[in-house]
Amino acid sequence: MPDIVDVVLRCLVVLGAFLILPLVVGQMEHKTMAHMQSRVGPMYAGGFHGWAQLIADGVKFIQKEDIVPAAADRTVFKLAPAVALVPYLVAMVAIPLAPGIVGQDLDSGLFFVLAAMSVTVLGLLMGGLASANKYSLLGGMRVAAQLMSYELPFVLSAASVAMAAGTLSLTGIVEAWQPWWLLWQLPGAVVFFVAGLAELQRPPFDMPLADSELVMGPLTEYGGMRFAMFLLAEYAGIVVLAALTTVLFLGGWHGPFGDQFGLLWSLLKIGFVSFLVIWARVAYPRLREDQLNAFAWKALVPIALAQLALTTVVAVMIA
Amino acid sequence: MSARPIFGKGLFQGLIVTWRNLTSRSVTRHYPDVKPELPPRSRGVIALQEENCTSCMLCARECPAWCITINSHKETIPPEIEGGRERSQNVLDQFDIDFSLCMYCSICIEVCPFDALHWSPEFEYAETDIADLTHDKDRLREWLWTVPQPQALDPHAEKAKELIAVEKLFQRSDDAPGGGA
Repeated sequence: MPDIVDVVLRCLVVLGAFLILPLVVGQMEHKTMAHMQSRVGPMYAGGFHGWAQLIADGVKFIQKEDIVPAAADRTVFKLAPAVALVPYLVAMVAIPLAPGIVGQDLDSGLFFVLAAMSVTVLGLLMGGLASANKYSLLGGMRVAAQLMSYELPFVLSAASVAMAAGTLSLTGIVEAWQPWWLLWQLPGAVVFFVAGLAELQRPPFDMPLADSELVMGPLTEYGGMRFAMFLLAEYAGIVVLAALTTVLFLGGWHGPFGDQFGLLWSLLKIGFVSFLVIWARVAYPRLREDQLNAFAWKALVPIALAQLALTTVVAVMIA
Repeated sequence: MSARPIFGKGLFQGLIVTWRNLTSRSVTRHYPDVKPELPPRSRGVIALQEENCTSCMLCARECPAWCITINSHKETIPPEIEGGRERSQNVLDQFDIDFSLCMYCSICIEVCPFDALHWSPEFEYAETDIADLTHDKDRLREWLWTVPQPQALDPHAEKAKELIAVEKLFQRSDDAPGGGA
């Protein structure tokens, strides 16, 4: 019996984190982006500096009509937002924030999380193909092209860390982590972060959504709650990417001032990486589609491979 | 040989610019919460000082948008002394300005020979019906109380024309034989 209670409790905590953290990141994006553009962002909702803006947005989204285009593939169209959102929930289950604070500690956690994150892209692809709209279709094609290009450096740089730690378990990776890995794995960390941005279709890699070219890409025909789910998926994706970067490259719950602050260190690092994601969005313009693919194949993949070679050499030397 | 641009300089500058904005105060004006600080001589709304108006119609005729409507009648004032002449005076019946037409050019105010029209900095008189933007002389009078003091002259500036004229008048009466007593 206590096992079941434990499982249910862990699931509820993960679900809570899944519902709250993306909203926190979303609010941070609202305010940070505003101030980076010399604005103030939302100021009224909730009274204090617009803290309830996203809740207000959610209430608005719920009230909207659920529209499915006449020519759309109804089942696929309706299923797509769930396919985009749920994998992040699944991925979150396996990411440890502190010793023992993890939904389910898997032996092949890294593999599991990377696999789950890739499924999300299918949601956008489904939305793009099922919408019966040329902009959606083009956006879906770009999503597919982007997935092909960036999945490789993403996985290669993650593999480098797994090789260094000698385990695929995320908890094991953090436990094996040493501060000097920051330098050793630095190229891999940069590649992982950049490829992660591209996986999430975050600016400056948001060609699939490119509103000046494709209206809203695969999301063009979506409205109301389904659109909100895609948005939530984007922010959940930022949280998962930040958490994964923290665990793989920034040493998870390791930090000065003893072990009792482990969870706090994890959350701080996740917040910092999320801030970097937002900063990149504000500071950089969108790449062109061909630049995007050239960047992946000519810069990220070679760097990731070089990192892999470096990791191998150093790992053999210290072993 | 021209210097090659340093790789990544633009990326770095993008971060610098956004970071500076993030750490300095935003430029947003919180208007409904904080009233704006308007420059002196702001053209908010036209105020009417009725007793200065002689219904001469100069403003109505000069107005490029034809937004001023004036109606008046004549009243006679009985002579002040025995056997004097009666005088006649124009009294305003109607002085309307249609602010949906007004283009805030200030010509009426400059053309008024008796300073009956003034700029007030009040600007919050939006209406939901365009017809309500026509304001009569009573409403224009209310705005008179919001007209600011004339701007102070610059230090070492020439004195106002009126002041110079008055001083000259006094000087003359001082210089005149037997004057100034």
